[in-house]
Amino acid sequence: MKQPPRSPRSLPQGGAPNGFGPGAREAGTTRDRILARLRASRPSQPLPAPVLDEHYAPRARNETLAGRVARFRAGIESFHAEVHLASEAGWPALLARLCAEKGVGSLLYGAGTPAGGRLDQSAFPATALRPWAGCVEDLKAELFHRIDAGFTQALGAIAETGTLIVWPSEAEPRTLSLVPPIHFALLDARSIHPTFFDAIRAGNWADGLPTNALLVSGPSKTADIQQTLAYGAHGPKELVVIVIEAEGEVR
Amino acid sequence: MSAPAPATSKGDARPIAFVSAQALRERMHEAVNDPHLRTSFRGAMDFLMAKRAAQFPDESELASLRTLSEAIRQYSLSKLPDLLEQLEANLTRNGVQVHWAADAGEANAIMLGIARRHAAKSIVKGKSMVSEEIEFNHAMQAAGIEALESDMGEYIVQLAGEKPSHIIMPAIHKTKEQIARLFADKVPGVDYTDNVDALIQIGRQVLREKFEQADIGLSGVNFAVAETGTLCLVENEGNGRMCTTVPRVHMAITGIEKVVEKLEHVAPLFSILTRSATGQAISTYFNMISGPRKPDEKDGPEEVHLILLDNGRSQAYADEQLRKTLQCIRCGACMNHCPVYTRIGGHAYGTTYPGPIGKIVSPHMMGLEQTHLLPTVSTLCGACGEVCPVRIPIPELLVRLRGEAQSAPHANPAMAGQGAGYSALASFAWRAWARIYASPGNYRLFSWLASRLRALTPSRQSGWTAARTPLTPAPRRLRDMVRDRR
Ligand code: SF4
Repeated sequence: MKQPPRSPRSLPQGGAPNGFGPGAREAGTTRDRILARLRASRPSQPLPAPVLDEHYAPRARNETLAGRVARFRAGIESFHAEVHLASEAGWPALLARLCAEKGVGSLLYGAGTPAGGRLDQSAFPATALRPWAGCVEDLKAELFHRIDAGFTQALGAIAETGTLIVWPSEAEPRTLSLVPPIHFALLDARSIHPTFFDAIRAGNWADGLPTNALLVSGPSKTADIQQTLAYGAHGPKELVVIVIEAEGEVR
Repeated sequence: MSAPAPATSKGDARPIAFVSAQALRERMHEAVNDPHLRTSFRGAMDFLMAKRAAQFPDESELASLRTLSEAIRQYSLSKLPDLLEQLEANLTRNGVQVHWAADAGEANAIMLGIARRHAAKSIVKGKSMVSEEIEFNHAMQAAGIEALESDMGEYIVQLAGEKPSHIIMPAIHKTKEQIARLFADKVPGVDYTDNVDALIQIGRQVLREKFEQADIGLSGVNFAVAETGTLCLVENEGNGRMCTTVPRVHMAITGIEKVVEKLEHVAPLFSILTRSATGQAISTYFNMISGPRKPDEKDGPEEVHLILLDNGRSQAYADEQLRKTLQCIRCGACMNHCPVYTRIGGHAYGTTYPGPIGKIVSPHMMGLEQTHLLPTVSTLCGACGEVCPVRIPIPELLVRLRGEAQSAPHANPAMAGQGAGYSALASFAWRAWARIYASPGNYRLFSWLASRLRALTPSRQSGWTAARTPLTPAPRRLRDMVRDRR
């Protein structure tokens, strides 16, 4: 059908109809106006709360620790991360070797954590170990231009997707896992949850999240140019995970 | 590098309200006749559809996850005003400053105020469609502040002086050769290369400097959690983390509909979002932000602001059927599966949000005067509704919006601009048609007349004959032929 030339028709004077839009005249602040409008039109009864267990419970897997490690590993490797297994005693030596292989000249890590304490006592043959000291403002230039790798502990992981759970802290600031070109993460195999949902429930996350909590699944990437996958977009170009296995359980 | 010029000859960086119904027709026509554009969208959409399908091998798991996701979104909307207040209270307790904006003008004014207070010269942006919706970059530029996109796709689009053509993959309309030429022309000291890795590394170098120096970082929000006061961001590149971590001030902007009650509610929504959007099991980063830097912490922004934007959403909310529009989690699956979007691309629509979601949400943001033609840019094939992870009945909403646009203007309409597409002639024709078809006697008379007077059928029949042969009644009616056969 042909559209006849149109003039604004029958709009009530003074703005958009129904009191919507910029012309509306209502009292109070924008906040009050938005909330009042929503209150006026919301359903009289909220809908029943969704029951998440109905979806998750029947899909729960009865999986051994080794099974979870294997799934986590397959997942995160498919996202281009590197995974190494180590013992509680042996991981600093493994980290030293990986740093040497990758030509890491300087490794920044969080001071005052259990893992940081181990590194405080270590000497790496080819790598300068740098505990984080001060605020990011004091070491921004170095962090952006001279540090080759950052080391953090992972709070846990998710087997279903191959995902690390990273909760930055005073000791392990947020930029440690973000700015240096390589991110090394230390993961205890026993802290791998089957799903993200399980991790939130098991860790009671709703009772208190840190300033920043992260899920990390591989090094930074993009497919913004012709859907071609490229790694090392803005964050780390490499993600290396060292999984500490409880002796004998994994292999 | 300086901010790009405001508008280009192609006009894709013009403010969204510019596109009139006539312009929309012309843009669609142009797009359909552009073989390069057709090829690149066809290829990209086939790729995205295949990747999504591969993520859902188990039909029953998908069905269950969709049911759950739809329930969570509908539940959240049913408590929306309460959840917004709870979110505000918890964010405030966490040290985040919460602002409310009725429209684009208010949102930009709030953010400009924050930028001025910090004497900010540059703002580095993570991907945010809401910031596109309010023309944030234009507003900052007009105030002499650089607003630089840092998502690779957005960066490319901004460098070219264009707008995103897809809500998830903004530069999907560009070939790598075009991007190579763009970088060689616009980025100082860069030679032509069409190696994708090399191009990404160029972007990385340029933008790292910006992250290091920017005064303010801006981001969108994928989910806002009321019970904890947490802003969740989904991304792959790490630029979202950079923008929300490195600058001293972080401003986040979101539509008021993005809030959910519980943290655990984001688990299924996040899972179905990345799988529906790009066919990824999970995105590289999921960033949960619950406040500014605490006294003992060594990095992170010292100030965090959240701007809650209405911009037409409360209008959609007021109507039970139209409210479903707000269930959207902005995955883009509806556009990936849309035969119209695939053929005309994202720019032709002229709206911030293209494709099926754009057709149902833009009329609330811009009014039906601007957008009354949009709901008709659809075949109603139903693909969008079939893939939507939160089961928004998009085709049903399109029909409703067509009705709102084309019915005679009346008092107390559900939408601004109701009746903007009304035509007295068309309305008369349809009423007559209804009358004829509702009565067997009228219908028999009409069909008898039509077959006798077929020579008088006009050869030009408005929109119908623009791309088809004219409709002409058959010389003999079907009922007559059936009768003769007996
Ligand atoms: S309408 Fe549905 S399919 Fe389209 S973007 Fe929104 S959630 Fe995705």
